[in-house]
Amino acid sequence: MGSLLAPALLATEAHAESPEFPILTALIVIPALGALALALTPASRPELSRLVGVGMSLVTGAMSVYLMTQFVIDEPGFQETSKHSWIESFGISWNLGVDGISLFLVVLTGILFPLALIGVKPHHDTKSYMAWLLLLEAGCMGVFLALDLFLFFVAFEIVLVPMYFLIGGWGYGERVYAALKFFLFTMLGSAFMLVSIIALAFLHERATGVLTFDLVEIAEAQALAETTARWLFLGFAVAFAVKCPIFPLHTWLPDAHTQAPTAGSVILAGVMLKLGTYGFVRFGLYLFPEAATWAAPVLVTLGVIGIIYGAIVAAVQRDLKRLVAYSSVAHLGFIVLGTFAFTSQGLQGGVLQMVNHGISTGALFLLLGMLYERRHTYEIASLRGLQRAAPVMAAVFTVVMMSSIGLPGLNGFVGEFLILIGSFPTRRWWAVVATFGVVLAAVYLLWAYQRVFHGDPDDENATFADMTWREGAVMAPLLALIVFLGVFPRPVLERIEPAVGRLITHIEERSDFTEPAVTRQGTGAVEVVGPAAVEEEGAEEAEEAGAETGGEGEG
Amino acid sequence: MTSTAAVLAQQGDLLVKPEVEWVAITPLLVLVGGSLLLLTLSALTTRRPRRGTYALFTVLTCAGAIIASVALWDRVQDPARGEFTALVGALTIDGFTVFFSVLIALSIALAALVADDYLRREDLEGPELYALMLLSGAGGIVMAMANDLIVVFLGLEILSIALYVMAGMHLRRVESQESAIKYFVLGAFSSAFLLYGIALVYGATGSTNLSEIAAFLSQNVLESEGLLLAGFALLLVGLGFKVAAVPFHVWTPDVYQGAPSPVTAFMASASKAAAFAALLRVFFSAFSNHASDWRPIIWVLAVLTMVVGAVLAVVQRDVKRMLAYSSINHAGFSLVAVHANTERGVAGALFYLLAYAFMVLGSFAVVTLVGRRGDAAHDVDDYRGLARERPVLALAFTVFLLSQAGVPLTAGFFAKFYVIGAAAEAESYALAVIAMVTAVISAFLYLRIIVTMYFAGDEAEGDAATGRHRVAIPFGAGVSLAAAVAFTLLIGILPGLVADFARDAVPVLLSAAP
Repeated sequence: MGSLLAPALLATEAHAESPEFPILTALIVIPALGALALALTPASRPELSRLVGVGMSLVTGAMSVYLMTQFVIDEPGFQETSKHSWIESFGISWNLGVDGISLFLVVLTGILFPLALIGVKPHHDTKSYMAWLLLLEAGCMGVFLALDLFLFFVAFEIVLVPMYFLIGGWGYGERVYAALKFFLFTMLGSAFMLVSIIALAFLHERATGVLTFDLVEIAEAQALAETTARWLFLGFAVAFAVKCPIFPLHTWLPDAHTQAPTAGSVILAGVMLKLGTYGFVRFGLYLFPEAATWAAPVLVTLGVIGIIYGAIVAAVQRDLKRLVAYSSVAHLGFIVLGTFAFTSQGLQGGVLQMVNHGISTGALFLLLGMLYERRHTYEIASLRGLQRAAPVMAAVFTVVMMSSIGLPGLNGFVGEFLILIGSFPTRRWWAVVATFGVVLAAVYLLWAYQRVFHGDPDDENATFADMTWREGAVMAPLLALIVFLGVFPRPVLERIEPAVGRLITHIEERSDFTEPAVTRQGTGAVEVVGPAAVEEEGAEEAEEAGAETGGEGEG
Repeated sequence: MTSTAAVLAQQGDLLVKPEVEWVAITPLLVLVGGSLLLLTLSALTTRRPRRGTYALFTVLTCAGAIIASVALWDRVQDPARGEFTALVGALTIDGFTVFFSVLIALSIALAALVADDYLRREDLEGPELYALMLLSGAGGIVMAMANDLIVVFLGLEILSIALYVMAGMHLRRVESQESAIKYFVLGAFSSAFLLYGIALVYGATGSTNLSEIAAFLSQNVLESEGLLLAGFALLLVGLGFKVAAVPFHVWTPDVYQGAPSPVTAFMASASKAAAFAALLRVFFSAFSNHASDWRPIIWVLAVLTMVVGAVLAVVQRDVKRMLAYSSINHAGFSLVAVHANTERGVAGALFYLLAYAFMVLGSFAVVTLVGRRGDAAHDVDDYRGLARERPVLALAFTVFLLSQAGVPLTAGFFAKFYVIGAAAEAESYALAVIAMVTAVISAFLYLRIIVTMYFAGDEAEGDAATGRHRVAIPFGAGVSLAAAVAFTLLIGILPGLVADFARDAVPVLLSAAP
C-alpha cells in the first residue's frame, strides 16, 4: 500500500508548496462566475450576453489547453492538486486534481463548450441560455477534477439542473417530457450512489477512525469487507450505468438527445455521457477493484449488448438525431468493454475513445444543427441529394462520419482498435462480438449518408445553402483534432498511459486479477496504428481492418 | 430572598419555594410578552395604525427572542457553566432549546412578513394573527425545552389551540373554516392520546419527569413492559399527529390547503419543528435505553411517511396540497434521523428541520402571492407562465423546489446528506435507500411545478395577459422571500455554518436540580 501511496502524496505535497495559480479551481470557478455575470447583464441585450458567455468559455478553454501543456507526462498520480477544507465536521474538502485519465476530458470540455456556444445561436432568451451552459460547464469540469467524493457528487448532480432547463426551455416538440425523463432517470441512479458514498465514508471511518470523503485516502486504505464493497460498487454502478448509458438503462438518452437544442445535444453526447464512463474508471475501478472485477462479466456483456443493440436500432431510425443518439449507445458500449477489460490497452482505448466520441459525436450534432437551421427537419425521408447543393458540408460530414465509424487514419479507429486489442486477451468472445459493432456502425451511418446526401435533390433540398464561414470555423478545430488524433495519437496516449498503468497495478494488488503479459508490454499499439493510418479508404475496408486486427491480437 | 431560601434549604426545611430562573426562559417571555403587549396596545389604540405596524412589531419581538437566545447559547455552550434545568427540573435549558427557540422565532418572523400584505389583501387586517402566532411559537419553545411530559403536553396545547384559531382565520373562505374544525377535532383526539400515553408512562415508571424516567428505566428492569410500551405507542400517536407522520397524517392536506397560506407556512415550519423537538426530547433522551423497543416503530413510520408523502404528492393538482404531501415526505426524512438514535442523527434532524423551515416558508410565501386575492388560485395551472410574468419570483420558487428535491448547493441537499449519513452510520441502509428513492419520486412533483412555471407558458400566454392580474410582490413578502432564498443557498454552499450549531445542540438529559 505504502509504495503506491507515497508517490501520490509526494506529488501532492510538492505542488501544495509552490504558490502556483490554482488553475483547476479556476477551471470550475470561471464559468460559474461567467454564469453569475450573465445574470447581471440586461436581458434586452442578447449580443452582450453572447459576448460574456463565449468569452468566458473561451478563457476556460484556453486554460484547459494550458493545463495540458503543463501536464507532467511521466507522473502517474494526480497533478496540480489543491485541497481546502470545506465542511470540516464531515471531513469534506474542496479537493481537485488531474491525471492522465481526466486530463483530456477536461480539455475536451474546455474545447467543446466554446464551439457549442459559438456554433449555435439560441432563438430566444440568449441570456439564460448562455448562463445555463456556463453553469453546465462548471459542473462538468467539477466532475472531472473532483478528488473528493462529496464534491464529485455535488458536481455530478448539479449538471442536471442546467441541462434540464436547456432541454426544457430551448428544445424541440417533446422537450418537457424528455427533460423530465432525463432528470428523473439520472437522479434515481444518483440516489443509490449517494447512499453508497455516504456508507463508504462511514465504513471507512469505522475501520480507520477518520471520517473523510477523500477519494485517494479511501481508495488506498481499502478498508471494506468483500461483500460490502460489492454492494457499494453496485450503488455507484447504477448511477454511472444510467449516465453512460448502459443497455437496459439507456431509454432516456434517445429522447433527451433528440429533443435537446443543438448545443445541448453536443454537450450531452460530447461531455455528459462521459461522466458515467469516467465515473466507472475513476471511482468504480479505483475504489472497488475487487468488486469491479467481480461485476465485470455482467457489465461487459451489457456493454456488448449495447454495441449491437444500439447499432441495430440506429439503423432503423427515421430521425437523424435519434440515429446519432443510438449510435452513442453503441459507442459507449465500446468504452465500457475497454474499461472492464482491465488491460492497459483496453483502458487507454476506453479513455481515448471517450475523447474521440466527444469530438466526433459533438461534431455530428453540430452538423445536424446546421442542417436543421436550413431545413427545419431531422427526418431522413425528407432530405435528399444535399451533396449537390452543399458540397463542403457533405465533405465535412463524410470526415466526421468516418471518424465515428472508425476509419483508420481518423481518431475513432485508434480508440476502437485499442479497445478491441486490449479486451481480446481477457474478454475474447465479447471482443469478437463487439467487432461486428464496427461493421454495423458503417451500415447505419453510410446508409443514412446515402439517403441524405446522395441522389438528386428535390425542390426543397435544391436550395440548401452550403456552410458559412462561421460554421466552418466551428467545425475546423474538430476536424483538425479528428485527423490529428487519428494519425498521431502518441501525445495523448503517452499522457494517459502512466495513470492507467497505476490504476491497473492498483487493481492487481487488491484483487485476484492479473493482467495478461501480452497487454502489459503493449505500448507498441501506438506504432501499430501509425502505418495502418496511411490513407482514407472505403469504409467497408475499415471494418475488415478492424476485424483483422482483433484477430491478430490472438496470436 | 434567594439567600434566605438557600439558608432554609440548608437547614432541611421542607418548604422550598420553587426557584424561577427568569434568565433561562427569556426567549419564551419575550414572545409571550410581545403577544400580550400587541393585544393590549391594539385594544387601547382607537385609530388603525400605519400599515405594517403589527408585522413590524412581531418581527421585532422575534428579533428580541433571538437575541435572548443567543445570550443563552453562550451560556449553555460555556463549559464552565453548561446546560442547566430550570423550574425545579421541569425545563432543560441546553443547546437544543436554544436552537429551536431561534428556529421558531425565525419562522414566526418570516411568516409574519408574508402575512402582512396577505391580511390587507384579504381584508382581515388586525393584530390577532400575529398575537396568536407569537403565542403558538411560545408553545413550541415550551415543547422544545420541556423536561417533563406534562410540560410537553402544556406546550403542545399552547401551540395547537392558537393554531386551530389561526387555521380558521380567513372568515370568508369556507375551506378555512372547514380546516379549522377538522384540525381541532383531530388535534383534540391526538392530544387525548398523548395525555393517555403520559399517564401510562407515569404508571410504568412513577414519574413524568424525563430525567427521572430515564434514571428509573436505567436502574430497574420492568417485570412486564406492557404498560410502558403502550405508553410509547400512545405518545408516538400524539406526536406523530403533530409531525404529520403516516398513518396520522390525514388532516395535513386538508388543513394545509384550507388554512390561510401564511398560516400554512407557519404550520409547516414552526409547528412541525416543535413537534419533532418534543419527539427527540422524549424518545432520544428519556427513552434511549429502550431504543430497541421504539426504533422499529419509528422505522415503519418513517418508511410509510416517506412513501405515502411522495407518492400521493405526485397525483395532486393543487399546489398547496402538493406541498402538504411533500411536507409529509420531509417529515419522513426527519424520522429517518430520529430512527438513527445517535447524536449525529439528532444533529441531522435539527439541520433538516431548520433547512426545511426556510424552504417551506419560502415556498408558501410564493404560494401566498400567486394565490392572489381570495387565496384560491392554487391550481398548478395558475403557475403557468410565471417565469415570464415574474422571473424573479419564479426563480425563487425554483430554488425552494430544487432544495426540497435535494439538488446540491441548496440547503435541502445537505439536509438529506446529513440524514442519510446518520442512517448509514447507524447501519440502516435499507432505510437510507428507501429515503433516497422517495426523494426521486417527489422530485417529479417539484419538477412538474417548475415545468409549469417555465415551459408551459406558451399556450397560456393569452389568458395570462388578459384574464388575470399580474402577481404582486409586496415589500414584506419580498424581504421574507429574499431571506429564505439567501439562507437556502448560503447553507447549501457552506453547510458547515449551521451543521456545527446543530452538532452542539444535541439535547442533554440532566437530573433535576436538588
